[in-house]
Amino acid sequence: MRHTLAVLVENNPGVLTRVAGLFARRAFNIHSLAVGITDDPQISRMTIVVEGDQAVVERVQKQLNKLIEVLGVSSLEESESVARELALVKVHVDPAARSDIVQLADIFRARIVDVGRKSMIIEISGDSDKVEALLGVLREHGVLEVVRTGKIAMARGTGRVAVPADDEPLRDAGGREPGRGPPWAAGSGRGPAAD
Amino acid sequence: MELTGAQAVVESLKREGVDLVFGIPGGAVLPIYDALVDSGIRHVLVRHEQAAAHAADGYARASGRVGVCLATSGPGATNLVTGLCTAHMDSVPVVAITGQVPRSVIGTDAFQEADVWGVTMPVTKHNYLVKDSRALPRVLKEAFYIARSGRPGPVLVDIPRDVQNETIPYEVPEGVSLRGYKPVTAPHAIQVRRAAEAIARAGRPMLYAGGGVIGAGAHRELVALAERCQLPVTTTLMALGAFPGDHPLFMGMPGMHGSVCAVRAFTEADLIVAVGARFDDRVTGKPDEFARQARIIHVDIDAAEVGKIVDAHIPIVADARAGLQALLEVVEPRPRSEWNDRVDGWKSAHPFSYAPSDTDIRPQAVVEAVYRATGGNAIVATGVGQHQMWAAQYYRFREPRTFLTSGGLGTMGFGLPAAMGAWFARPDRTVVLIDGDGSFQMTLQELATVVEYGIPVKVFILNNQNLGMVRQWQQLFYQRRYSAVNLAASPDFARVAGAFGVSGRRVTDPAHVEPALRWALAEPGPVVLDFIVREEENVYPMVPAGAPLTRQIETGE
Repeated sequence: MRHTLAVLVENNPGVLTRVAGLFARRAFNIHSLAVGITDDPQISRMTIVVEGDQAVVERVQKQLNKLIEVLGVSSLEESESVARELALVKVHVDPAARSDIVQLADIFRARIVDVGRKSMIIEISGDSDKVEALLGVLREHGVLEVVRTGKIAMARGTGRVAVPADDEPLRDAGGREPGRGPPWAAGSGRGPAAD
Repeated sequence: MELTGAQAVVESLKREGVDLVFGIPGGAVLPIYDALVDSGIRHVLVRHEQAAAHAADGYARASGRVGVCLATSGPGATNLVTGLCTAHMDSVPVVAITGQVPRSVIGTDAFQEADVWGVTMPVTKHNYLVKDSRALPRVLKEAFYIARSGRPGPVLVDIPRDVQNETIPYEVPEGVSLRGYKPVTAPHAIQVRRAAEAIARAGRPMLYAGGGVIGAGAHRELVALAERCQLPVTTTLMALGAFPGDHPLFMGMPGMHGSVCAVRAFTEADLIVAVGARFDDRVTGKPDEFARQARIIHVDIDAAEVGKIVDAHIPIVADARAGLQALLEVVEPRPRSEWNDRVDGWKSAHPFSYAPSDTDIRPQAVVEAVYRATGGNAIVATGVGQHQMWAAQYYRFREPRTFLTSGGLGTMGFGLPAAMGAWFARPDRTVVLIDGDGSFQMTLQELATVVEYGIPVKVFILNNQNLGMVRQWQQLFYQRRYSAVNLAASPDFARVAGAFGVSGRRVTDPAHVEPALRWALAEPGPVVLDFIVREEENVYPMVPAGAPLTRQIETGE
C-alpha cells in the first residue's frame, strides 16, 4: 500500500541526503520523492510516497521527526488531498500519425511542447493514473523517453503542515497543537484502549 | 572579541564547561591544537582515534557529562567511526570535532580527505560540516545541546582547516534555537493515570528498566516505584546499577544471557512497565512470542522507540525521570502478593551458577572474586563477549554509572579506552577493566596512554585463548567445527604490560586468584592480571538467537 507524506525541512545543504539515507538505512521503500522550496526560502517541502502498511508509515513518520532538520511531517489521505505529477513524454511520430497524436494529447489536456521531424515532446500533469493512461496510449506509437517529477500533494482546506515556532516548548508530530501530546500518545496502542 | 575559528572552537568548549578532550592531532586540526596550548583545557593524547571516541564515551557514561574527542581529517576521522557508532547505539552524549581539508579542495580527493559528514551521518544523532566560520559559535552550542538533551547521542562537527584559520567576531550565542528539535519531556497526564490504574489492577506486574533510567538519572524514582508497588525489577545490560543488584526485588538481567527469573517473569507477567528500554532483540528473543500475556506500559523519551518492536498498550513519551515521577504522584501502594513469592521462588531456585574447580580457574569465579575484593564499589568497564556477560551476571552493581559496557553495538576493544575515560571522570573511584583476551588485543596500545597519564586502571583479563563467545556459538550451533576462534598465538599479556611499563602477572592457579587481586588493588598504579581460565567454559543461561524466551537453555552440563 502507498502512503503520501508531506515533509517540511530546513533548506540546508545535505538535508535530502539525510532524509533519503534514513529511508535506506531503516529499510523503508520510497516510491517517489519530490522536493522544492516553499514560500519561505528557508524551508523546503518534500512529498514522499512510501510503500508499506500503516505501522510502517507511523514508524517512518517518527523516524523523520527525529531528524533535527525536519520541521514537520504530515500523512496525506488520498480523499482529503490534491495530488499532481508532471511528466514529459518524447514520442516517436510517423508523419501519418501526427494528427492522431495531437488529438490524443488534446483529449488528455496535455500540451505539445516540442515538435521535431520524427518526434514530439508532450507535457502532461495530473494524478498518477492520468499520466499512466496517456503513457499507455502513446506506447502504441513508440515512446522514446519519459521523465516524471514524482507526486506532489497538499491537503484540501485550510490545514497545513505546521512548523513549530522557535520558542515552542514541545516538539510534536504531525502538525498537532503543542501540549496535546503526540498522536500516538492518545491511545492507539495494541489491543483495546479501554483500560 | 575577534578570534580565529580555532580559537572560537576552544572558547566554545570552555563555555560548555569542557576541561578535558581526548584526541590525536594531524594536519587538518593544527589550528585547533595550537589554540588548545594555552586554553587551560587538558588534552589526553591517545594512541588510536577509536580510543579517543571510546574514552570520551567512557567519560560521559561515568560522569553524565558530555565527552569530547578530537581528530584530524581522513583516517583520523574515520577511525572515530566505531566509537561514535558505539555511543550512538547506547545513547551516550559525545561531541566529536574533526578537521577537514580546506574548503577550496573539498571534493578533489585531496590528501587525507574523506567525506566525514557523509560517513558519520548514520552513526551520529546529528552532524555538521561547517563551511562558514561565523557559524562556529552557534554550531558548537547546538552540538552540545543536541548531544545531551532528549535521547542523548554523539554529534560530530567537521571543520575545514581554512575555516579554523579565519578571523571572526566571537559572539556568545544566547541560547539554542532549533525549531526542528523540541524533545518531548512532559508525560501525558491521561496516559500516566491509565498506567497507574493498570499497575493497580495487574496481578503479575514487573518493571523492565533500560539505559534511559541511567541517562535520565531516574534510579531513585525506579527504586521508589518498585518498592511502593512491590514490582519485581529487571534491568537490561545497559541499566545494570540503576537498581541495586542486592535488592530483594531485583530479578537480574533479562535476555539472551539473562537470569532464569527475569526471562520467566517476562513470559508470565500480565503487565510490563518498560522504562527507558527499547525491547532489543537480545532482550525479547523472538518478538512475536515475547510476553504474550502482558499488557505493556512503555515510557521512553524517544517516540520512535514506542511501538518499534513491540506494541505498547499505554505509551508515555517522556524522560524516564519525569515519567516515573509522574507515575509516583498517582500510583497507589500495592502489597506483596503471591506473584512476588513465585518470582522469589524462581530467583532462589535458579541463581547464576557454574561448576567451581580447584584445578583450573573458572572465569565466573574471577568475577566473583573481583566483586568481593572491590567491595562491589568499583567502576567496571568491559570488552564484549563471554567475559562481558560474566561480569554482568556475577558483579552485583549497586549504583548507576558504575558498569560501562558496549551494549547495542557490541564493540570489542571498548573496555580499556572506556576505563581510561571513566578514571578521568571519577579519579576518586577504583576503575576496573574486566576484559577478554580477544577484546583486549583490539585496543591494548592504550596501555601507553595509561602509563603517560598515570591512570591506575586495574586490567583483569579472562584469558581463554579464544574468541570465546564465537567459539561457544560454534560449539553449540555448528557442532564444534571451530573456525578462526583460536587465539593461542597471543602474547604473554603480563610481559606485554611490562614492556609498556605496567606491572603485570599471569595467574594460572585458582588458589592464586584472590591474592593476585589483593596485590593488584593495593598497587598504586595500573596493573594487568592475565587469568588463564578454562577454555571451553560457556555462558549460561542462554536463549538462542531468534528463539522465543521459552527456549532458554539453563545449563550445558
